[in-house]
Amino acid sequence: MSSVVPAYGPDAPGRLAGLADVTASDAALRRFLHGLPGVDAVGLEARAAGLGTRSIKTTAKAYAIDLAISMIDLTTLEGSDTHGKVRALCAKGRRPDPTDPGTPHVAAICVYPDMVAVAREALGDGSGISVASVATAFPAGRVALPVKLADTADAVAAGADEIDMVIDRGAFLSGRYMEVFEEIRAVKQACARPGGGSAAHLKVIFENGELSTYDNIRRCSWLAMLAGADFIKTSTGKVAVNATPANTLLMLEAVRDFRDAVGVQVGVKPAGGIRTSKDAIKYLVMVNETLGDDWLSPDWFRFGASSLLNDLLMQRQKLSTGRYSGPDYVTVD
Amino acid sequence: MANEKFAYAPAPESRAVVDLAPSYGLFIDGEFAEAADGTVFKTVSPSSEEVLAEVARAGEADVDRAVKAARKAFQSWGALPGAERGKYLFRIARILQERSRELAVLESLDNGKPIRETRDVDLPLVAAHFFYYAGWADKLSYAGYGPDPRPLGVAGQVIPWNFPLLMLAWKIAPALAAGNTVVLKPAETTPLSALFFADVCRQAGLPRGVVNILTGYGDAGAALVAHPDVDKVAFTGSTGVGRAIARSVAGTRKKVTLELGGKAANIVFDDAPIDQAVEGIVNGIFFNQGHVCCAGSRLLVQESVQEEVLDALKRRMSTLRVGDPLDKNTDIGAINSAEQLARITSLAEAGEAEGAERWAPACELPSSGYWFAPTLFTGVTQAHRIAREEIFGPVLSVLTFRTPAEAVEKANNTPYGLSAGIWTEKGSRILSMANKLRAGVVWANTFNKFDPTSPFGGYKESGYGREGGRHGLEGYLAGAADPTSEHASEKESATNEGV
Repeated sequence: MSSVVPAYGPDAPGRLAGLADVTASDAALRRFLHGLPGVDAVGLEARAAGLGTRSIKTTAKAYAIDLAISMIDLTTLEGSDTHGKVRALCAKGRRPDPTDPGTPHVAAICVYPDMVAVAREALGDGSGISVASVATAFPAGRVALPVKLADTADAVAAGADEIDMVIDRGAFLSGRYMEVFEEIRAVKQACARPGGGSAAHLKVIFENGELSTYDNIRRCSWLAMLAGADFIKTSTGKVAVNATPANTLLMLEAVRDFRDAVGVQVGVKPAGGIRTSKDAIKYLVMVNETLGDDWLSPDWFRFGASSLLNDLLMQRQKLSTGRYSGPDYVTVD
Repeated sequence: MANEKFAYAPAPESRAVVDLAPSYGLFIDGEFAEAADGTVFKTVSPSSEEVLAEVARAGEADVDRAVKAARKAFQSWGALPGAERGKYLFRIARILQERSRELAVLESLDNGKPIRETRDVDLPLVAAHFFYYAGWADKLSYAGYGPDPRPLGVAGQVIPWNFPLLMLAWKIAPALAAGNTVVLKPAETTPLSALFFADVCRQAGLPRGVVNILTGYGDAGAALVAHPDVDKVAFTGSTGVGRAIARSVAGTRKKVTLELGGKAANIVFDDAPIDQAVEGIVNGIFFNQGHVCCAGSRLLVQESVQEEVLDALKRRMSTLRVGDPLDKNTDIGAINSAEQLARITSLAEAGEAEGAERWAPACELPSSGYWFAPTLFTGVTQAHRIAREEIFGPVLSVLTFRTPAEAVEKANNTPYGLSAGIWTEKGSRILSMANKLRAGVVWANTFNKFDPTSPFGGYKESGYGREGGRHGLEGYLAGAADPTSEHASEKESATNEGV
């Protein structure tokens, strides 16, 4: 492989075209996905648990906490969301700790499509924070394709920099891989910015809890990356099983292998259930020891989370002051 | 893979939890005492060469005294109802758990293995062994060795330095559960955890003489094995010493179990779960610096996935953290002794001289202490010394095969037969391979997994007898129909009095 190109760069489609024979037909795609190495569940979980025992202290902890803050997609995805709440979240994303301007800002604010314009306006220009929007009838995805595409285009037109789509788990589980592939491709096209400008980055959500086997998660990872995903994302946060260390480790291995094979680098976003600094650091350890420096940046790894940020801020304050301040000293959202 | 951004700060476990005395005596008849001739030796920390303590060096007179104490204690210990013996063992198990942090740090100091392993593997297994055999103590009639199996008497046990406390547990727990008393000699490079265990026995109120610990060298071990009043000999260590022990006890009434060397094949088929297989390969050979008798020291990889597996293995090896055993992030600690380091070094040199290709990740080794970088050899053939001899270090020999039959043939082509590993997603292949591999333990899609309920032991020159599980009791029991030792009648009457 001559060089590595980012999934959202201009050269990625050319690289993917080199694998056109794999995605030429449903049968070819199935053969390819089922030809990927299997996953031994016990071994995968043991490795993830083993990495979870790393002891991250002092300077390493300070680095990890700041890195984790900068990787957060600060999220609110409730039916009860209001403009005011989204604006508050944007303010918090920009200055997570008002008492310490040295605190890094988060990577993105993640909202429903109808809140994109509000977030865009609240963040203004030059904040360095992206607006991410779930789309394609998140979280179930159970609407017709044209509706999904319209949902996506609407969010992009309102100023979303990133689109978090859900795949059709039903189609995937019944083996209609080509259908899932085509749908991701269509959504990717809908991410194009009207009137030019850079297209929104596409995160593809698998809903690992519904894919039910690790083999499926590996196949889905490759399927999404072949279809042009810029990021692959574990889950919506709306079902019982969301991101776990094991299913995230498996996706990290998938993006590593994909880069080795195709030369295209894809990001990973675990989402749902990561609430403590300790958890977040375990994920960063997995990234560090599976992928290394190339993925240790908000461009390539994100946390989909809301309450995680406050715990990171409290740990950050404790590291700098030696005292644990408690939840009254961080903002509630 | 670059790893510069996220550098882990040192995370050392505190040494303060271990209170080391400047010198230790032999533990005989419930008391610590100097050796009869007053000789001592020093035990050093292999990661720094720092002297940790002076330890008494047992000689023949001490062996005799210890065996006499054990014989005397056997009269009442062997006569105790099983439920009572079980209580002592449960108590020991609980104390081991309570003191596990202290013992883990001590073991890392004296042995050189990483605290991550002593904390997460050695100590939990040590306690689990005592709990498991504590449960057997009052159920021996149901173990399948006759309606009223009897203890043998005094067990002379000699253990190696690779898992000092765990090997002690493997030896002492079943012996005591079955009603025997023991004289145990730990290895000369790792005497400390056994002496701390003696303290645990005192803390548990174990009757005097039931457990005796003799620190010393091979001469003490030889004297113990040869002592005429020892009924049972249990040894874990090298095949060479095992042979000498077998010669020494030949023609006597002594019952013997030997757990010796190995040169295990870890077989990776092309349909293996590759990422997990790579973890298994790493765990198979680099766990405990490769100082493991059942280490997966020969990787047999199917030719069609050779390149993929080796690339992934090298990438994974580059992330192994070699260094301070007390740092909680250390994956590979120090080689146990200068002598062992010399042996590993010379075998690795032989591998290169015989034409195998040597590879090791870039890693900085500490300047003092005994260290060897994780190493793999490719292009190894069955004729190479590194494919035949047990290196007992972090050195992996990679061989290839094309068909399952060839894999079986190569795996079995060794004088050893302790363990083997199979990596494939095909269940039927696991079963057919396991039937053909001549090894005491066959792991499928895992490696180096231990559990007190599972018997462990070898084929061929890897020894005989089983440790662990129900099977582990057999070596310490005389069945009713068995021609028992000369002490059988004594035991009979003692038991009757006791019950």
